[in-house]
Amino acid sequence: MATSTDPLIERPVSRRRFIAFLVAGPTLIAAARLERPAAASAAGVPTSQPVDEYDLSDLLNDAAAPTANLIRVVIEKDGSVSFAMPRAEVGQGITTAAAMIIADELDVPLSQINITLADAEPQLVFNQLTGGSNTIHSIYDPLRAAAAAARGALLQAAALYLNQPVSQLSTAGGAVLSSLGQTVSYATLSTKAAVSKNTLVKPNLKPHSAQQLVGTPQRRIDALAAVTGTKVFAMDITPPGALPTMVCRAPTLNGSARSLNNEAEILAMPGVTDVAVIPHSAHINGGVAVRAATFGQCIDAIRAMQVDWAPGTAEGMYASDVESQLIKSELPMTPALGDTIDERFVFNFRPGDPLETNCAVAVVTKDSAEIWSSLKAPIWAQEKIASLLGMQVSQVTCHVTQGGGSFGRHLFADAAFESAVIAQKMGKPVKLMWHRADNFRQGRVHPMCTSRVRMTYSGKNIIAFDQRHTSVATDFSHGLGEILSAYAATLPDANSLGYSQSIFLLTACSPYNFGPTTQLLEEVYPYDKFNTSSVRNIYSPDVRTAGELMVDKMAALQGVDRYQFRRDYARDARMVAVLDKVAEAADWGRTMAPGTAQGIGVHREYKGYAACVVEIDCTPRTVNRVIPNGYGGPRVTKVTFVVDVGLPINPLGLQAQMMGGSMDGIAQALSYSLHLEDGYFLEASWDDTAYTRQWNTPPDVNVIVMPPTTNEPGGAGELGVAASMAATAGAYWKATGIFPTRFPINYAEPLWFTPYPTVPPIPASPTTEYASVIAQEQADKAAGRRAEREKHAHHTTRHAHHSAKRKDH
Amino acid sequence: MPTHTFILNGKRVSVDCPDDVHLLWVLRDLLGVHGPKYGCGLTVCKACTSLINGVSVQLCGVLVGDLKPTDEVLTIEGLPGSVGKALHPLQQAWLDYDVAQCGYCQPGEIMHAVALIEEAHAAGRRVNEADLDSFRNVCRCGTYFRIREAIKAGEQMMIDQGLLKKPNAYDPILPGRELKREHHHNRAAR
Repeated sequence: MATSTDPLIERPVSRRRFIAFLVAGPTLIAAARLERPAAASAAGVPTSQPVDEYDLSDLLNDAAAPTANLIRVVIEKDGSVSFAMPRAEVGQGITTAAAMIIADELDVPLSQINITLADAEPQLVFNQLTGGSNTIHSIYDPLRAAAAAARGALLQAAALYLNQPVSQLSTAGGAVLSSLGQTVSYATLSTKAAVSKNTLVKPNLKPHSAQQLVGTPQRRIDALAAVTGTKVFAMDITPPGALPTMVCRAPTLNGSARSLNNEAEILAMPGVTDVAVIPHSAHINGGVAVRAATFGQCIDAIRAMQVDWAPGTAEGMYASDVESQLIKSELPMTPALGDTIDERFVFNFRPGDPLETNCAVAVVTKDSAEIWSSLKAPIWAQEKIASLLGMQVSQVTCHVTQGGGSFGRHLFADAAFESAVIAQKMGKPVKLMWHRADNFRQGRVHPMCTSRVRMTYSGKNIIAFDQRHTSVATDFSHGLGEILSAYAATLPDANSLGYSQSIFLLTACSPYNFGPTTQLLEEVYPYDKFNTSSVRNIYSPDVRTAGELMVDKMAALQGVDRYQFRRDYARDARMVAVLDKVAEAADWGRTMAPGTAQGIGVHREYKGYAACVVEIDCTPRTVNRVIPNGYGGPRVTKVTFVVDVGLPINPLGLQAQMMGGSMDGIAQALSYSLHLEDGYFLEASWDDTAYTRQWNTPPDVNVIVMPPTTNEPGGAGELGVAASMAATAGAYWKATGIFPTRFPINYAEPLWFTPYPTVPPIPASPTTEYASVIAQEQADKAAGRRAEREKHAHHTTRHAHHSAKRKDH
Repeated sequence: MPTHTFILNGKRVSVDCPDDVHLLWVLRDLLGVHGPKYGCGLTVCKACTSLINGVSVQLCGVLVGDLKPTDEVLTIEGLPGSVGKALHPLQQAWLDYDVAQCGYCQPGEIMHAVALIEEAHAAGRRVNEADLDSFRNVCRCGTYFRIREAIKAGEQMMIDQGLLKKPNAYDPILPGRELKREHHHNRAAR
């Protein structure tokens, strides 16, 4: 992977100004907040959209502005620096970026900085929401200001201590140095610099040219914990008495448990301590909860339960019903004023699952509750849990744990809510974990949608671009992360009118000069009919894939190269720059073998620009690969990705996010989905949902980070998905001659898996006579007969699966 | 309740529990060993992959009652000790390539990589692209490419540190070669 970090000579000056505080405490504590940003100037491009002046990043920043003063940097007595980050780390690398920012401003080695995740703090109000790829964008300036204020206070304290003027002092390596060669460590100064009363200060921020870490590739600060198995996730936390707990869930989406008919039998099962019926409600999936000594015994108990179920929210529905409703609800196009190309694209439901399933630990007593979970909107969770339990907010503590991925899933606190209610009902602490089958079938999904795109042209000129996006409602009932806006989102029509429309308008964009451009969203169904969430980059991957395929089509119609066409209509220089870079790095236009092709996609969002070129292999040899219990299909063999986020903080982390986003883009274009049939999703395992696996992975990935173009770090967590998904879809067209309009492309193929039954709702874990298998393996290995035996084993398994197809119940 | 004895990360352990509890839960819920992660309970996602007697297995598919007292279970916690180092070369390679994002799948990825490399070298060859394609572990963050890089680098470190016998010959990547078949000794209850 290549990294480019050459500084750009002229950068726009940030519009933010800073103030900071020294906060009363036993050691030095510095805090900072943002002033409300001034209105941005118009972008001054011929095709103007709301997103040009004010995008989702700005909305979240403005929401954060009034209370951001609680971003606090603490100099500990040992000289280390602590920052309790009011955000959720779910793999996106924000703790590492924050540590780099602090280390630079304070002249402290990275290893001496401890970043933890802050508990829910209601006084932060809106400023504890991790979403919209906004974290670094929103905390970059205040974090620098706080760290700079701390550095200033340390210098002042050192000046007194050494009896030297500040002008003769400098900082390096966690210490203050004097021009006379004296050194005094931050450890020594940490208490001397402490203040007894809050004090307003003007921090002296370092210029970008003096930053030593920001802009350089740095490895993750939590990597050692991850590779040694010591990184602590929610299910690794065990308060006394918190036993494994799972829930037997309904056979159809959002069905509600009426009663457990064999409670005595279940309670008598090995390890089982408690059962409780948990009715379904808007934010609690519910069913019959069981607590046991081990999760394995919970699974056994769930499989033995006889439950009366009330119908769910999508009873009898198929994906085709949803599609009909979407098409019926599509907003009309205005009459075209020229020739047109016009297509409708269908994007099916797809999971929002991280690898860690929904989970939470809850200890609930008569007058207090303590919850541990990966929460991206912890204040909302805390407030809602208080109301669910009939407590005051101050009686509820919400700890934000490290998340095993999120992809939008943890904006909601499904497991936290459920765990609190179960713990209260059972009167005992619980470690609640969802089974994978439940996570796919009852968990939050990317809403199914259609996107109709019409491009109007007159000869060689594109004169209008119109897009009508119609989607199953996206649940925004987490609001802006606290209960007032969350409540507002549940009012009739408010979810759609207040939130979905705003988010759509603030994110949707067509980055081209195609003349008058309209992009409109219409939603169908109430927000809680399907369980949805802003799955990684919510609207953009579909909006942009539809748009980019039409751009490819128009380029073909005009007889112009796809890259050149994009360049000709690009709206600004940053987009041209990423396009040119990706074309060069990917050797765009090189001769490709039959059945293989290149594809290109661009995207602009979160103050950043992305361009991607993929190469795809759709030859029969590749498409027809036999993958035991898995989906092979076309393979993207190479990804070249160029990203400009304005000011890159950690290029190595950015590359990781673009690489991961590309795996998402590939999966969403080609294979990753949920099939809605008869009121439930068929998929219950990773083999079924066909997310990108190693055999789908490009063996060649090159992510190029552009040098800084602004003083503001843009978002990264979601930026990689849209361009790579669009590029993959376009490459597929070029390689096969089949213009894809339904996604993922394999959706209508015969199922490659046998759906698991819905009763019992979760499959048994496989068992085998393991000792003999292991003995056999070792004997085989010694005898080198393995390959032969595997072939045979595979053959019999496939046969068994086919004969068992849909032999449910 | 029966007592089960086996060797866990080089130490003999005993645990009282019914025979039909899967080893993943015995380790996580009863013995407090949290390196192996739950991701599906169906031996599909491979997040709980560990080694039993050197063979890569999913602990969610192994019943504790099937273990013999001499069986050696190695989880990520015991991996460095198995080579007498602070970190196994593969863990170091994972750090060098900054592979982990959320990190949830990585213990399972690393454990399977160890087995994959050792198996290839036992057969007298190096890990090839087909081996890498056969890797079933799910990484939802999509770190697959860096995993491939780290495996190749880790393999070289293992060779350099004398942890593997020298391969007889380099096994080139054959175009169009079929994916390596997976074992199906786990009878999924479909």
